[in-house]
Amino acid sequence: MQELVNLFVKAIFVDNMIFAYFLGMCSYLAVSKKVSTAVGLGIAVIFVLTITVPVNFLLENYILREGALSWLSPAFAEVDLSFLSFILFIAVIASMVQLVEMTVEKFSPSLYNALGIFLPLIAVNCAILGGSLFMQERNFIGITEATVFGFGSGIGWFLAIVAIAAIREKIQYSNVPAPLKGLGITFIVTGLMGIAFMSFMGIKL
Amino acid sequence: MADVLEKEEKAKELLIDKQPKEPLLSKKNRKLLNDPLNDNNPITVQVLGICSALAITVKLYPALVMSISVLFVMAAGNVIVSLMRNFIPNRIRIIVQLVVVASLVALVDQVLKAFVYDVSKELSVFVGLIITNCIIMGRLEAFALGNTVWKSFLDGIGNAFGYAWILLAVAFFRELLGSGTLFGFQVIPNAWYLANGGFYSNNGFMLLPPMALITVGIIIWVQRARNTKLIEE
Repeated sequence: MQELVNLFVKAIFVDNMIFAYFLGMCSYLAVSKKVSTAVGLGIAVIFVLTITVPVNFLLENYILREGALSWLSPAFAEVDLSFLSFILFIAVIASMVQLVEMTVEKFSPSLYNALGIFLPLIAVNCAILGGSLFMQERNFIGITEATVFGFGSGIGWFLAIVAIAAIREKIQYSNVPAPLKGLGITFIVTGLMGIAFMSFMGIKL
Repeated sequence: MADVLEKEEKAKELLIDKQPKEPLLSKKNRKLLNDPLNDNNPITVQVLGICSALAITVKLYPALVMSISVLFVMAAGNVIVSLMRNFIPNRIRIIVQLVVVASLVALVDQVLKAFVYDVSKELSVFVGLIITNCIIMGRLEAFALGNTVWKSFLDGIGNAFGYAWILLAVAFFRELLGSGTLFGFQVIPNAWYLANGGFYSNNGFMLLPPMALITVGIIIWVQRARNTKLIEE
């Protein structure tokens, strides 16, 4: 249990998707002009990450990894399909996003309207594929760990985008040098936030 | 009436036939190549592809390898999607594009693992993340789906170079100020260092992730100060 909590906190603060790895920067910069839209996109990312990371974990451990196919027959013990992982991961993500979109539309039209165009956009959000690739690199032991990692990373991304959206709403009233307006100042503010987040480095629970 | 219409159509066909063939590097095509370098730079103006751009700019060499990989994937992806543009059903186009790009990236990944294993380890997940690099998807979606093969190829190359020069500029400053080297060669004289009785020491801060963002911010500042039509309202 303690390990899971540790992993969760690490995924949110220490290994924050945006401040430590710059994943999902494109939508982070493009959709952070207003807090309300940022919240919508953030929730959608949490949602999709929590689903795709465990699904890709199963895929990795029962199909792709070297010897992973041995549950089918001992003859496959030496098959290594890991070169297919990019294609399969992205296919799972794209279809999962499509599925999630359809489910949400059916069962919660209000949430669907709130998320709107963001759901399909998420398929090409680097944070989602990044979550799966980090899962592959870190060799998690069980599916619980993978789920907790996905959920934590999603929350970290959510916090980052909501924070920058709030800052950008305020910064509109400040006297920023003209060439820095908009994009430039957002980069620099994100850098400063990253420095602040670095203070979490090395924390263990 | 029908006759007139037919005649008109024939005349149109003739006109199309008679139009002079566009030279390979006409003014319009050269614009496709030049624009992304400055006025329409993918990173500083279109805000695409920042995800993988920043994490691998600690040193110049990985940044160069990354740029070449992106150049290949962009050019080839643009050409392939442009070839298929009339056959892709609109509803599933994103999945088709993703599969094309993912196969190209898998190819690049295997080549890197075979020939420059160290760099491939250093780039780790970021090679895979070329798939979701927004520049590639963005250009496929915005350009290759609606333009001819040669134009898409030029557009891909142009945007990849626009991406590459920002990447290399950021890596140049980070490596020079952070470790005092360029491409791994010592540039700052050894005698300058504090340890050898000098006055200089490397700024380790440049090696940390946040400084990449601030460096890009400053590049944007300089670019927009020189090119005032890019300033946002």
